[in-house]
Amino acid sequence: MTALLRVVQPGLLTTIQDLGRAGYQSLGITVGGALDPVGLRAANALVGNAAGAGALEVLYFGPTMVVEADDVRMSFAGAGAAIDILPDERATVGMRLETMRSVRLRRGDVVRIGSLSGGAVLYVAVEGGFRIEPVLGSVATDIRGGIGGWQARALIAGDRLPLCRTQASERDEWRLEGLNLAPPSRVRVIAGPQTDYFAESEITAFFESQYVVGSGSNRQGMRLEGRPIAHARGYNITSDGIAPGSIQVPGNGQPIAMLAERQTTGGYPKIATVISADLPALGRLPIGAKFRFAPVTIEAAQAARRELFAEIARIQERIGPVVRGADSIDVAPLLYDYNLISGVVDASNWVM
Amino acid sequence: MSAYKVLPAGDTALVVEFGDRVDRKLSTFVLALARRIDEMRLDGIIETVPTFRSLMVHYDPLILSAEALTNRIISLMEGLSTSDYRGHTWRLPVCYDSEFALDLEDVAARTGLTVPQVVERHASVTYHVYMLGFMPGLAYMGDVPAELTLSRRESPRLKIPAGSLGIGMAMSCIFPGESPCGLHIIGRSPVPLFRHQTNSGAGPSALLAPGDGVVYAPISIREYRELAAKAADGTLDIAPADVLTGAAA
Repeated sequence: MTALLRVVQPGLLTTIQDLGRAGYQSLGITVGGALDPVGLRAANALVGNAAGAGALEVLYFGPTMVVEADDVRMSFAGAGAAIDILPDERATVGMRLETMRSVRLRRGDVVRIGSLSGGAVLYVAVEGGFRIEPVLGSVATDIRGGIGGWQARALIAGDRLPLCRTQASERDEWRLEGLNLAPPSRVRVIAGPQTDYFAESEITAFFESQYVVGSGSNRQGMRLEGRPIAHARGYNITSDGIAPGSIQVPGNGQPIAMLAERQTTGGYPKIATVISADLPALGRLPIGAKFRFAPVTIEAAQAARRELFAEIARIQERIGPVVRGADSIDVAPLLYDYNLISGVVDASNWVM
Repeated sequence: MSAYKVLPAGDTALVVEFGDRVDRKLSTFVLALARRIDEMRLDGIIETVPTFRSLMVHYDPLILSAEALTNRIISLMEGLSTSDYRGHTWRLPVCYDSEFALDLEDVAARTGLTVPQVVERHASVTYHVYMLGFMPGLAYMGDVPAELTLSRRESPRLKIPAGSLGIGMAMSCIFPGESPCGLHIIGRSPVPLFRHQTNSGAGPSALLAPGDGVVYAPISIREYRELAAKAADGTLDIAPADVLTGAAA
């Protein structure tokens, strides 16, 4: 029998994302992938998936989905979220669930993800992953390019997302503690490549100003509101490449930080580039958040990248079992008859 | 070799900048360097992205440091020759019928030419594919003859159909898919420039590549419809006319 999740309500912008589709930018194909790859990795780790498996990326307001499988293990990592597990589609009251944990859901269960809090993105992974064919090596949804993911678009009501596993593995639920997925107040950048298009005083102002994430922001770019940056030599340059985290300054002087689904090339001067270690944190910043940029050297950026990878390597160590009884879902026998057998994890059963 | 700069674009990309303008000679250097780097298959290089006047090199600094990559680029630049790239030449059928050419009369009025003269001039040169960008498979082809050079439309269209051919500044672009567009639309090509899936089941692919040469072959609206029907069936096979080397470009 086919195992799937049926979408009752799609949320604001829910897409399948992974670590992106590098290697095709010279054809005009965006890299794309998760806005916050650390959150994606955390969600995957909680269900025992490979770090870069495709998961649902939820922006600001989440979907409501019905389990149409014997059972499924699901995890949530990223921003805080109002997540309720309901016994059926007619139910209005369910059990509230925290993020940064896994949960086992049975056939007919409804998972309802409401508003996110404290961040822009939440990742929802399923054990074994979604059964979606990779395109150019990735299941990331590139909406603008019409490539990959679930039908190359965001979820809509009525979608039936196929799952690789028909059943969850027999094990206890896990939680992840001590991983900071909060949006940052400071984002580190390397100046350039087009610093020669700005006066020294404007570059200084860029570093000293506070910026607010503007409402026109999306997966492609984050529009920043703050002190406008004046150009020294006009704002039209001959198009050149756009790096991850490129900060373009268009004619109105309000910078745009390029995010995961950035176009491959662009024609505005780039005053600075967010360092790779801070891109996941940048991707978490919600509309209305305030932050500042801080200049660092390329050596400092590379050290920060090593630290980020070390932090990612510690995700696995930080995962432990959900403490029974300390948690609403396991004290709700009316709804769930949990398998209480042992805390031993049978790896062979759930690594696919 | 002309002067160039290697600039950091964050800690995972470098820009090798040859100049600041659209120029065919700069482009041939960009493409020659891209080819050399791609052929080197150096560990830590993720991909290269050629643009009009610069090459972006995406890399992983934990495998290849910025300094080591810069040094490699400097040594590759020595003796870099514009004959180091090869492209194909293509004959792309384009229908300039008024049904598709929304701005052809306007372009004629703005340039002081007749409609047939605009078509004749536009189809009279071999275009050079400088780069792909903006959307999958979209090639920036130049240079449009000087008498057809116009700035972009004051008000961009929100949506133009796939295959639309637009001109603006020195560029001529055929849009592989529906798109917003600020260019002057003077025709439509039935050739799919970007396929999401090939007949053989392979993944997406773009017809044109940076460094290719393109000649437009004007066709009637009847021919357009025949070719468009073939394209819809997946039986329109366009093969490159011949191989173009950098020296011949």
